[in-house]
Amino acid sequence: MARVQKLRTRNHKVVLNRSVGGDLGITIFLVILGAFMFLPMYYAIIQSLKPLDELWAYPPKFYVVKPTGNNFALMFKTLTDSWVPFSRYIFNTVLISVAGTFGNLVCGSLAAYAVSKIKFPGRKLLSDLVTYSLMFHPTVAGIVNFMTMSKLGWVDTYLAIIIPAWGSTLGMFLMKQFMESSVADTVLESARLDGASEFRTYWTIAMPMVKPAWLTLIVYSFKDLWNTGSSIYIMSEQLKTFNYAIQQIVSGGIARAGVATAAAVVMMVVPVTVFIITQSNIIETMSTSGMKD
Amino acid sequence: MSTETIAERQTAKKPVSRKDMTMFQWTIKEMKRNYIAYIMCFPFFFIFTLFTVGPVVLSLFYSFTIFNLIESPQIVFFDNYIRLFVDDDVFLTAVSNTFVFAVITGPVSYFLSLFVAWFINELPPKIRAVVTLIFYAPSISGGIYMIWQVFFDSDSYGYANYVLLRLGIITEPIAWFKNADYVMPLCIVVALWTSLGVSFLSFIGGLQTVSKDQFEAGAVDGIRNRWQELWFITLPNMKPQLLFGAIMSITQSFGFGAIVTALAGFPSVNYAAHTIMHHLEDYGGQRFEVSYASAIAFILFCIMIGANLLVKKVLSKVGQ
Repeated sequence: MARVQKLRTRNHKVVLNRSVGGDLGITIFLVILGAFMFLPMYYAIIQSLKPLDELWAYPPKFYVVKPTGNNFALMFKTLTDSWVPFSRYIFNTVLISVAGTFGNLVCGSLAAYAVSKIKFPGRKLLSDLVTYSLMFHPTVAGIVNFMTMSKLGWVDTYLAIIIPAWGSTLGMFLMKQFMESSVADTVLESARLDGASEFRTYWTIAMPMVKPAWLTLIVYSFKDLWNTGSSIYIMSEQLKTFNYAIQQIVSGGIARAGVATAAAVVMMVVPVTVFIITQSNIIETMSTSGMKD
Repeated sequence: MSTETIAERQTAKKPVSRKDMTMFQWTIKEMKRNYIAYIMCFPFFFIFTLFTVGPVVLSLFYSFTIFNLIESPQIVFFDNYIRLFVDDDVFLTAVSNTFVFAVITGPVSYFLSLFVAWFINELPPKIRAVVTLIFYAPSISGGIYMIWQVFFDSDSYGYANYVLLRLGIITEPIAWFKNADYVMPLCIVVALWTSLGVSFLSFIGGLQTVSKDQFEAGAVDGIRNRWQELWFITLPNMKPQLLFGAIMSITQSFGFGAIVTALAGFPSVNYAAHTIMHHLEDYGGQRFEVSYASAIAFILFCIMIGANLLVKKVLSKVGQ
């Protein structure tokens, strides 16, 4: 460059150009947006801890004077008194979430490994299909799926929820991308030369290298299944989920804000806790999520 | 790169190179050699085809028929589509609502995700983790968006009504989600609240892969401020994530039907927040008009894929 730049340095390192005004503006923007994001969550938790008289206090308050666990107790009591025992709803949700996630992990990781690491005819097509599937919402498949389910006799069984989850694409896509960038072909090649079968290479070499992607797939699959509410495939009350039961309490008008928010908070705690534990792994996986044109 | 192993080359009866074979022969040979890959792919792609690819193709077929689930389908060509666009006023409302919804929530959520991810990128890791959680939590918290109903409750116990009444702006409480003027904007706000999802995390991940050296080199080369840095260094480096994030944002922006149903009821007041998703739910899930619903589903499918391909094209221009 013709013009000599005056570089700011600190400890012999170039300091990036950051204006104070910009920092301030960004901070203000983040604080306002953060408040918008955080306040409803905060308010839900506060509301779930309010005793009855504070719930109905006028004007409504943004804090709680005497926190109580009554709303939670009342929610569990309402659920226990319902026709189907409360434990059954939880059992259903846990069963669906665990079976669906496990199957998605097994099927998805095998396919991700094959598509990203074995050079077979058709891999491009399969890979493109997965990418295209991310471009539309699964609702469009709903009508035909209902007919398929009835042909298979899966309507009103757990299978109608569990099996389609095994073929869900987001987790598989993220795992495929992660394998492409994090598992070196040379490592796999030397394993193959040593006589390891593809299954062995997959299990002992590739899979241990992509643990963050496992966790990401598990988190997304689990989150989706955990939030399964009412489904058109399930009619029997005994097979319905925790989320469905909670929605019934909320809309049933048994008790207004208190119990309903307690229920929503219970639903929220599980996925949020899972995310807190796995955050660094998810971000690591996401760093390879990109698509080439 | 050839994956043929040395052992195979040595034991082969006569050396065969790719040039000696027709494309077909070579493909068959490669398929045989890699048969294990097809076994590995089978479980996933079988289920994926059965429940995702197949239904889209079948919907296209059914959309050209009249089908009542009992008799075999009769081909009627474009009758369903003509009925949709000519006779079905609600569908046209749904189309325009869907576009309004998607055109606002898609780009806004995309740029919010990008800018928030970029702004928090320079925070210390621990603080960044907390901030990430604050912005990301609403999108994974299931039905927690119901809390917005408490804010915008229809009586004076709702916060919005309380504040407005107190300030004297309104004299009677507004039934927010039952009012055709307010229901759509409110649903958009709530949808945006839950929209910092996968694309947001993808941007955070992508930003961490841009090496610090490039920024220093950029500063030496005359990058004056953070905005130039963003345009000339950061964005070109994370183009793959930008593309993935766009796809996730677009698909998401067409899929907010559940939130609208939960907040505004179904059907929403005066169809003010009725989207194609709801129309599909109405005819597919409740009236079981398979062929008509298939036409709706296929239109929705085309809109979503079209929007994605369009944006993909635009994004390939970034940093050029």
